[in-house]
Amino acid sequence: MSVLKVTDLHAAVDGHEILRGVDLEIASGEVHALMGPNGSGKSTLAHVLMGRDDYDVTAGSVTIDGEELLGLPTWQRAERGLFLAMQYPVEVPGVRLVDFLEAAIRGRGGEPNGLTVRLAAEAERLHVDEQFLTRGVNVEFSGGEQKRAETLQLAVLEPTFAILDEIDSGLDVDALRDVARRIEAMTTEDRLGVLAITHYARLLSELRADRVHILMGGRVVASGGPELADTLERTGYEGLAEDLGVDELAVEVPAEQEPEFADPTEFALPFEEPPRTT
Amino acid sequence: MTSAFTSDAARALGGPDWLVERRLEAAEGLDEITWPTPAEEIWRYSRIDELDLERYRPLTSTDPGLADGPAPGGGPVAAEAGERAGLVVVHNGRVVRCELDESLAAKGVVIDDLSSGNDAVRNALGTCSAAAPDAFTELHDAFLMGGAFVSVPAGVVVDKPIVVLHWSEGDGLATFPHTLVLAGESSELTVVDRFSSPDVRPPNGGGGGHLVNAVVELLVDDNARVRYLSVQQHGPHTWQIALQRAHVGRDASLRSSAVALGGDYARLRSESLLTGAGAESDLLAVYFGDGAQMLDFRTLQDHDAPRTRSDLLFKGAVEDEARSVYSGLIRLRPSAQKANASQTNRNLVLTEGAGAESIPNLEIEANDVRCSHASTVGPIDDDQLYYLETRGIRPEEAERLIVLGFFDDVFARLPVPSLVAPLRRTVIEKIEHRRG
Repeated sequence: MSVLKVTDLHAAVDGHEILRGVDLEIASGEVHALMGPNGSGKSTLAHVLMGRDDYDVTAGSVTIDGEELLGLPTWQRAERGLFLAMQYPVEVPGVRLVDFLEAAIRGRGGEPNGLTVRLAAEAERLHVDEQFLTRGVNVEFSGGEQKRAETLQLAVLEPTFAILDEIDSGLDVDALRDVARRIEAMTTEDRLGVLAITHYARLLSELRADRVHILMGGRVVASGGPELADTLERTGYEGLAEDLGVDELAVEVPAEQEPEFADPTEFALPFEEPPRTT
Repeated sequence: MTSAFTSDAARALGGPDWLVERRLEAAEGLDEITWPTPAEEIWRYSRIDELDLERYRPLTSTDPGLADGPAPGGGPVAAEAGERAGLVVVHNGRVVRCELDESLAAKGVVIDDLSSGNDAVRNALGTCSAAAPDAFTELHDAFLMGGAFVSVPAGVVVDKPIVVLHWSEGDGLATFPHTLVLAGESSELTVVDRFSSPDVRPPNGGGGGHLVNAVVELLVDDNARVRYLSVQQHGPHTWQIALQRAHVGRDASLRSSAVALGGDYARLRSESLLTGAGAESDLLAVYFGDGAQMLDFRTLQDHDAPRTRSDLLFKGAVEDEARSVYSGLIRLRPSAQKANASQTNRNLVLTEGAGAESIPNLEIEANDVRCSHASTVGPIDDDQLYYLETRGIRPEEAERLIVLGFFDDVFARLPVPSLVAPLRRTVIEKIEHRRG
């Protein structure tokens, strides 16, 4: 039995405070849903827990079984049992999932015995086509394939606690069910503790939450049982904020939309003046 | 020129009359040569201003050859390439061993020292370098003593690689390795050229190091298929200035790859001239510079016929104070209608002191062509590193995986798969050396 405990966590980006005192306590086998509107600080919380160095933690504590994780580099937090399923898993060209997982298991001090067999079994369970195991990690995966692959990694690496950052985004009904059921099974079979970050209650129809927390303005403004998600479904975030007397829903500076250019150096001819590059 | 590279020295190397005459003709021209400087575009960013030819001399007839016994590189280095159809070992530009599968010899395949001077050699030698001469091809011709000659007659398929090992050694020496490949019409072959030199400076050596001035000529006749791999693993005190050039005929295809890992300053000019309609050229390279190395590539995809296709993918990494240069040109001549050409150069700069230049260029004189290029220079992506670390992978291991992954698409396309593992190992050693 382990406990992931977040106490009065404050974090800022470029001097702008995004997390303003977050408290959570998750025990092995429990599923906690963290819900909140856009910009409420959900993804920031996920990355701050995992130790991404873009954020300055200004106060608070994050422990697993009393051991402080703040100050540890990301890989050591993973070694202590933390796993982050990313909202946007990163493409790693040329690194096959099987080699990636082997490195991860060794990094955690394990031996990747029987990895291939386990991978094949998990791939079948999650309906991941085996060709994805030998391709570059996440390269040219669809949204659904990425999330299935994140779940597959989670199942193989067997962490103590998993943070799922919008694991339900970009998933169709079938993929959502496969992913949610696999994670649910881990919570009962392996006593995995879960912090499931999501916008929508629909994830919770597949993955039963023991506790639901509402994050607004960088704070947990309400916590309750699964019925809190139902309330939210009825009222929406703004209605709930009104009921709770919360003024500020979003704290994050809206991310600047990166303009999408086609690669400026790629073009087709004919044209009159061939461009030259320097 | 006041150096040791004189007509007398060129004559004194001996050998058959035709070769001596050929050398003398080139040597006489050396007096007129303007030696390059970084002010010339084609030498921009290079370290050519550090080259002092006075520090080197050519071989003389009194220089000792190899002692009896197996030639260096004839053992484990050759074995790394796996099964082979033939082997040539070239020591300081002189062929010391030739082997060829008897069944291929019976089909007319020839592996020989080009100084043997048969008609085929004399007709073909210099075809490529004379089409793209510079000061160093002139110097090469003035001191050329021999080299690997590989000829496959029309219609013959050689299914295993022919391996050529160029071993260069001797402090203060300049040597002139050469490989000449003739692929007859509709023939197929794979050639591996491995260039290497000692890792250590000889004791009491004057500190001059060694200069390798190499030329590789690939003449690919109509409808032939040639796969070529050049592996450069010179020691850290060797300078290399090399030309590798192919002329590719109608409907023929060249798949050429280069792996460049060694040398102090190592320059490779890699050129493909597509002379016949439908000719194809794929140029690939992996390079990794560390310490104070500079790896310098100048490429040319020269389309001189309709419906020709060329592709180039050069991927490199630099760390420590190493630098790399990629300067590539696609030239689509007026005859190259319906041609399709692309070039991609990607560079990882792994440490702050290292640097990479990437200069893709186009010269387009035809109006119905497709052409693209892309180039990137940058550090390892932070998001990738973070992603791997969230799985418990340590940063140094994450970097190793990402760099090897970066090179993977080129390694996967190398024509001799058995060489991939040892070459990848060398890359890993380079990544790991920085951590001591």
